[in-house]
Amino acid sequence: MKNVFGLAAEFSVHEDLLRAAEKAYTAGYRRMDGFAPFPVEGLAEALGKRTRLPLLVLIGGIIGGAGAYYMQWYANLVSYPVNIGGRPMHSWPAFIPITFELTVLCAGLVAFFGALALSGLPRPHHPIFNLPEFERASQDRFFLCIEADDPKFDAENTRAFLQGLNPLNVAEVAK
Amino acid sequence: MQPGAQSRFTDHGSPIIRTNSSNEFAPGASEWPDDISRREFLRLAGASLALAGFGACTKQPIETIVPYVKQPEEIVPGKPLRFASATTLNGYAQGLVVTSREGRPIKIEGNPDHPASLGATTIWAQADLLELYDPDRAQAVMRGENISTWNDFLREIDSTLQAQRSGGGAGIRILTEAITSPTLISQLQSIQQRFPNSKCIQWQPIAPEIAVAETVYDLTKARVIVALDSDFLFMGPAALRYARDFSRARRVRDPASAAMNRLYVAEPTPTITGSNADHRIAAAARDMLGIARQIATRIASRQRSSILKGETKYDSWIQAAAEDLLANRGASIAIAGQTQTPEVHELVAEINRQLGNEAVGARIAKLPSRPVNQLDDLRQLVQEMGQGKVELLIILGGNPVYNAPADIEFASALRNVKTSVHHTLHADETSRICHWVIPAAHFLETWSDVRAFDGAVSIVQPLIEPLYANISTHEIIAALVEQPVRSAYEIVREFWRERNQTAQFDIEWRRALSDGILQNPSWNTSSEGAEESVAATTTLSPASSEKPSQLEILFRADACVLDGRYANNSWLQELPRPFTKLTWENAALISPELAAREKIDNGEVVELIFRGRKLKAPVWIQPGQAENSITLHLGYGRTEVGRVGKDCGFNAYTLRTSEALWFGDGLTIQKTGQKHSFATTQHHHTMEGRDFLRTGTLAEFRADAKRVAHSQEGPARDETLYDPNEYQNRGYAWGMVVDLGACIGCSACTIACQAENNIPAVGKQQVALGREMHWIRVDTYRSGNIDNPQFNHQPVPCMHCERAPCELVCPVGATVHDDEGINVQVYNRCIGTRYCSNNCPYKVRRFNFLELNAGLSATEKLAKNPNVTVRSRGVMEKCTYCIQRIEAARIEAELENRSIRDGEVVPACAQVCPAEAIIFGNIHDPNSRVSKLKRLPTNYGMLAELNTRPRTTYLAKLRNPNPALVISEQRSVNGEQHERT
Amino acid sequence: MNALDRSLITDHRSPALSPLGYPTKLLTGEQTFESVNKTIGSIVLQGRQPRSWWVGFIIAFTLLMIFFLAVSWLLIRGIGIWGVNIPVAWGFAIVNFVWWIGIGHAGTFISAILLLLFQHWRTSINRLTESMTLFAVACAGLFPLLHLGRPWVFYWLFPYPDTMGVWPQFRSPLVWDIFAVGTYFTISLLFWFLGLLPDLATVRDRARRNWQKKFYGVLALGWRNSATHWQRHQIAYLLLAGLATPLVLSVHSVVSLDFAVAQLPGWHSTIFPPYFVAGAVYSGFAMVLNIVIPVRKIYRLQDLITLRHLNNMANVMLATGLIVSYGYFIEAFMAWYSGDIFDQYMMTNRAFGPYGWMFWALMFFNVLVPQTLWSARVRRNPLTLFFVALSVNIGMWLERFVIVITSLHRDFVPSAWGTFFPTVWDWATLFGSVGLFLTLLFLFMRFLPMIAISESRKLVAEPQKAITP
Repeated sequence: MKNVFGLAAEFSVHEDLLRAAEKAYTAGYRRMDGFAPFPVEGLAEALGKRTRLPLLVLIGGIIGGAGAYYMQWYANLVSYPVNIGGRPMHSWPAFIPITFELTVLCAGLVAFFGALALSGLPRPHHPIFNLPEFERASQDRFFLCIEADDPKFDAENTRAFLQGLNPLNVAEVAK
Repeated sequence: MQPGAQSRFTDHGSPIIRTNSSNEFAPGASEWPDDISRREFLRLAGASLALAGFGACTKQPIETIVPYVKQPEEIVPGKPLRFASATTLNGYAQGLVVTSREGRPIKIEGNPDHPASLGATTIWAQADLLELYDPDRAQAVMRGENISTWNDFLREIDSTLQAQRSGGGAGIRILTEAITSPTLISQLQSIQQRFPNSKCIQWQPIAPEIAVAETVYDLTKARVIVALDSDFLFMGPAALRYARDFSRARRVRDPASAAMNRLYVAEPTPTITGSNADHRIAAAARDMLGIARQIATRIASRQRSSILKGETKYDSWIQAAAEDLLANRGASIAIAGQTQTPEVHELVAEINRQLGNEAVGARIAKLPSRPVNQLDDLRQLVQEMGQGKVELLIILGGNPVYNAPADIEFASALRNVKTSVHHTLHADETSRICHWVIPAAHFLETWSDVRAFDGAVSIVQPLIEPLYANISTHEIIAALVEQPVRSAYEIVREFWRERNQTAQFDIEWRRALSDGILQNPSWNTSSEGAEESVAATTTLSPASSEKPSQLEILFRADACVLDGRYANNSWLQELPRPFTKLTWENAALISPELAAREKIDNGEVVELIFRGRKLKAPVWIQPGQAENSITLHLGYGRTEVGRVGKDCGFNAYTLRTSEALWFGDGLTIQKTGQKHSFATTQHHHTMEGRDFLRTGTLAEFRADAKRVAHSQEGPARDETLYDPNEYQNRGYAWGMVVDLGACIGCSACTIACQAENNIPAVGKQQVALGREMHWIRVDTYRSGNIDNPQFNHQPVPCMHCERAPCELVCPVGATVHDDEGINVQVYNRCIGTRYCSNNCPYKVRRFNFLELNAGLSATEKLAKNPNVTVRSRGVMEKCTYCIQRIEAARIEAELENRSIRDGEVVPACAQVCPAEAIIFGNIHDPNSRVSKLKRLPTNYGMLAELNTRPRTTYLAKLRNPNPALVISEQRSVNGEQHERT
Repeated sequence: MNALDRSLITDHRSPALSPLGYPTKLLTGEQTFESVNKTIGSIVLQGRQPRSWWVGFIIAFTLLMIFFLAVSWLLIRGIGIWGVNIPVAWGFAIVNFVWWIGIGHAGTFISAILLLLFQHWRTSINRLTESMTLFAVACAGLFPLLHLGRPWVFYWLFPYPDTMGVWPQFRSPLVWDIFAVGTYFTISLLFWFLGLLPDLATVRDRARRNWQKKFYGVLALGWRNSATHWQRHQIAYLLLAGLATPLVLSVHSVVSLDFAVAQLPGWHSTIFPPYFVAGAVYSGFAMVLNIVIPVRKIYRLQDLITLRHLNNMANVMLATGLIVSYGYFIEAFMAWYSGDIFDQYMMTNRAFGPYGWMFWALMFFNVLVPQTLWSARVRRNPLTLFFVALSVNIGMWLERFVIVITSLHRDFVPSAWGTFFPTVWDWATLFGSVGLFLTLLFLFMRFLPMIAISESRKLVAEPQKAITP
């Protein structure tokens, strides 16, 4: 099984894909992925995918907010204390807007780049693109791909298993 | 975008290079690229100062001038030196102390020891500095269109004089302006001796009548002053002295012992003096005689209570004035203005005699008499010129072609003169016609001497070598009698040595120079000067015409460019006129009643027809103007003038005839339908019921001093959520008090600030856009009846608020507080958001909307104060309390290891103020003058209710109205309501 | 794809009509995956654009050139070329800034808030409005920099390690602005691009020309539509929406603080933040309508952007418009009620002073005209709706002018009162910025899918979502 990335089944409706995913999971497959032209609710869960993204975003937001307030406090009381119109050095109400804005900014940046990073993007090429007709995954077809390095993967059985999900067809994904 | 503003400053010929080659003026040599590199400029400047001596062809002896306070050997680069000198106004001296940095005069101040200055200066004295550095000055001896040299001139003049010898100089005429210089007068006499048939004529278009000139008043002792058409506080040789005495006599501090003089003014057009009156009436100039008569008769027939009804509408005023005069016999003064007829002056003198006021008030100063009737002399001269009798005419200063009366055809006559010589600071209308133009030396470039209004003599000492091939007046006169010509220094010094042969001379000479005034009375002989017969004959139109509706024309010297001599001075051009706040031009001032009657709008161009002469002029509706009087200001519409004065205003001289020099009847106006747009700095002259300019009466002050500066004040210091003691002032806490009671509204502070702080003039177009740069402005509000309103002046600099709204909103911290409480502006941090200006309730911040200092000529750069940054485009600027002066004082103090004394730091505005209305100092020191003033009940902060906590506060303005006239006051107050629209 | 498939995913029911007579279905007509992909994708992929696109683009581009001219002259001579002065130190630049920022509100509002509220009707318009937001904010962002006296040192507004050890002055609302607008732009950009990512993949995969393959291939970052991708994508998208929601409200609040923090009569008012936000959404939706209505016609997208969308947006406009009107009323009332002579004078001057006519024009465009939206006939007629929206956009610009200029030109001290007259350069900058905005918009429509394809596909696949209960 040298130059095989995995086996892919093609479906025309997202319900089929969802069903197939669940079956594959119960069948014990783990290293697999589904492909759909729009977010199919529950698909990732069915494939047993989890993510920490929300936690990261929370941390990003906290860092942003705390950092922002600290910056203003440091600038006004430590680094560059100047009498501005007789206002207190520590004019905390005036520091709120920037604190808020930076909280949002940092959280947002983490959310965006976190999502990309966790999805391993940007990535110019991926073996799945070798699958014929795969471009339809971004248009009107649904695919389930079980990868070759899955412990339970076996060319014959897996193909048979996929055929059993009555796909439009099953094809081999070259590496 | 604003070529006007820019081109005004671009320079097309370096004066320096001309000085270097003053012997052979290669035509190209005068051309210089605008972008002169700084290094090159400095090299040339140095060279010029060194070579200027050779520029003038007489060999210069070593001339030592003596510093005012420091000895010359103490000269340290970077350390300013101060020299006493003197400038002239209508020929009379004003003592000056001029500050010089590295050999260039940069600031003019008043000389405290000088009777006509007392430490203050007029706006004109301030602006004289710019005259010195004006790139448009006459720079080379010109023969017709060609550049010539002083030597060629001497040669030609010599041959002319040879020819004249035989006829005793019958063909020689010398036309001067008003002169008081003892040396010059004696020089002219020596010419008379050499050429018995020669004549000296004098023409000063705005010279006071002899009676005014020689009467000196002592206002300190006067409890009641009645002024008829007289602007004694602003115009005239003693104005500064009068302003000082007047304001001192009105200064009240302690309610118990409060006393003020009372000023009655009757005048046809608003003046500084009128705006300071307790009772002012707007009466036509022609009515002054009648008013004077009535007062005189009331005085004569001591009837205290006689009320002559229905003679004029000014009855109540006349009645009150007369009674007050009588009540204060011997302690009152009546003054008539220089624009009034000799009859009026006679009556006024009579009134003063009747009241026995000479003792306290009016005394006659003994001055070398001048030709009294200059008008007849001038008329005769022009006649002779026309007949070709005049072979050689030497015009010393002045610009008769422009400013001689219209009915005396001076220009055409001048063309018939065989050889005409014009000795002048600027090449002007007269120079254009004269054969020879000799560039005059500025008073800061040469030696001379002058007399003050009271006869005190000052030596004029130069601070800088002539920038160009300039010749002093003394030298050119000397050239007629002696060759080789001695230098001005020798001439002046010799003159005084003759009068003091003692060995003391050198010491006394030195003291005279360093004091700026001749102390030794033995020198002060008024003997010199031929005692010509003084035959006072009227030259003015009799105040006739009983038809009151008939219009009257008034000619007045412009409040800034005077008779036109300062037309090329951008500081003065841009200085707002006291009431109209007009800049860069003049207007025909008419009363609101007249405007309503004739349905004329502001800015409408009308044609004025006066005794057959016509002139188009834009109209300015000026409340306080006498109903049927139209005021035209002289000095505008110059044709031969530098870049600054071009195309400004209209020439009122074209209507000014010898029989109506100051005013006359028979004016008619016609609408032309054209519109004109003015450039004013204040568009709104009522206070809209707001109370940031607080006024009261002496009576109120006596009764309840607090009530005068009434109304809601700012919250108390501890009324705050913040820690009130977070910022403790360490050391000094600078603060200012502006005494509105003292301020007369002369705007000297504005121009002094401009000179001290390198504030650029922006030009008419920019002013019209609302971009003038003055750091301290003088607001003028009127209250009361619009037909005869009361005017109040309020100088407004930066308030240096302790809770500065501007600082809070600056995104880059370019305006912050220093720990002495100054609201500092950091130019090189400013990025120009202009948010600070938006949030400044006083709108005292100024912004460089364009690069205003681009293309300054080499000389204009010399005028800049090296201690003040020259601001570039896109930064905000404002009053700094003259922080450079504070720092200078701090350095002094620290060298002497002491703290800065009270009164040691004087901002430019405070220093120039003739009325001592601005007081600056350390408010931490409870004994400083400023803290004492701030404790006064009349002290209040402008818009303090906004909790800005201004460091600059005001003392409410007090007036001393006559209870008998309070009713009319009442009417005025009601008047304010219905004026608000 | 074969008939069988189609039968599975499209419903053949004729679109139901609501009582008001517009289709309740968001996608009318017979929509399939392919039809959706084609309708939207082809606009991008097959190069030919309708003539009206070219006309519009050329006009926009001309205006853009005028903008460049005006800005160049501005940088050469300084802001003296504008009509600003003392006291009116802020002129068109700030008016335009606030106006553009306001317009830039609808996009994120529609995308984020409506997403959180599961308003699926947003799908067809969110992409367009998000892009509009970006371009509007880009225009807005230029003005605060251009209006500086020394624009070349604008970066002093940011906190960066300065060799002089100085910092921005964090109490100044202008600094808050920098952060607010900067954050808003960044978040909007990320949100926009994240939503765009799957569609870029679609376009990449449909692309036939080589350069298109490369161009969209790079932009798509190798997106594979895998379940993992979609999971992260959806979470991030939701979180960004959640973050953007308070942001939308904060941005214009902060902008309003530029005025409210100052003590100038007419600026110093506590009602400004909510009233500015409402105004922003108001003008934002107006601008969306002004763009969507022509676009749906030109590109025949009536089936994707339906009358229902227009109607909903009209409703939002009406609501926010009423809030804004209330703001006007409260301002006037407070001025009177405060008993403060400065405020009272400000209000009378605003209505009857030199600029009074602008105030009344504002009332007409912003308060009177939009009342027609009460009528369903107006809401359902694209033409009338277009003109109402136009009137709102004009009105909102006037509102900013009235707030900025009439408050400044007569404040506390009458001697310092002045007037403001815009110069030709002021106008050039205003219309030039419109050119910049439109140019970007036209290029976007040409090169990027202007409707969220993947979301539309979801609607096709799950039709029940497309029908509002």
